[in-house]
Amino acid sequence: MLMPALYIAFALISLALLLNVISLARGPSIPDRVLSLDTLYINSIALIIVYGIAEASTINFEAALLIAMLGFVSTAALCKYMVRGDIIE
Amino acid sequence: MSVQLPYLLELLLSVLLVFGAALVLVGSIGLVKLPDFYTRLHAPTKATTLGMGSLLIASLIFTSYATGDLHVQQLLITLFLFITAPIAAHMLAKTALHLRIPSVERTIHPELQEQARQRLAPEDRDTTQTDPK
Repeated sequence: MLMPALYIAFALISLALLLNVISLARGPSIPDRVLSLDTLYINSIALIIVYGIAEASTINFEAALLIAMLGFVSTAALCKYMVRGDIIE
Repeated sequence: MSVQLPYLLELLLSVLLVFGAALVLVGSIGLVKLPDFYTRLHAPTKATTLGMGSLLIASLIFTSYATGDLHVQQLLITLFLFITAPIAAHMLAKTALHLRIPSVERTIHPELQEQARQRLAPEDRDTTQTDPK
């Protein structure tokens, strides 16, 4: 029963990633695109987590943690750049 | 897959996986479909975060059962996402207010937007308080 659930999860998350790319290409303003990128990295973490369950390995979780940290830092840096015109003042 | 799971555990994991993936998809559909930036901000920061929590709990249960000892990496990712998602959303909302991104026509209390826009950064606030307006 776990394998069909994993395949369904793969399909749903891949569809979500596709929708994020559409939103990234379309988004009328820059904050829209940053929000799309933010969602894109969170969904890629979801894909890595599901892949880790399917492979029954724990190696991928380090990658997921790295993506989570770098993604948040990049979102924060982009917001700071858009508001203040500079990242480190 | 070589790990054999008891029936109830497998059922729980399957339900958590499908529920989490469906919530992640709902967040992304909202990101594409909703009318303006401020409503679009709701979809990924609420639905997607809950979906990620559900997926990560499934992963935590699975790896803890498969390897026989508790794995805290997933809990770490969960905590990190739950802490950072509201902060990122707040910063994006402040950015959108600063850049004067338009909201939909029927937004109630548009004057509150102006009020939030007038609010200054903490380092600038002391000088304005001493200046009587």
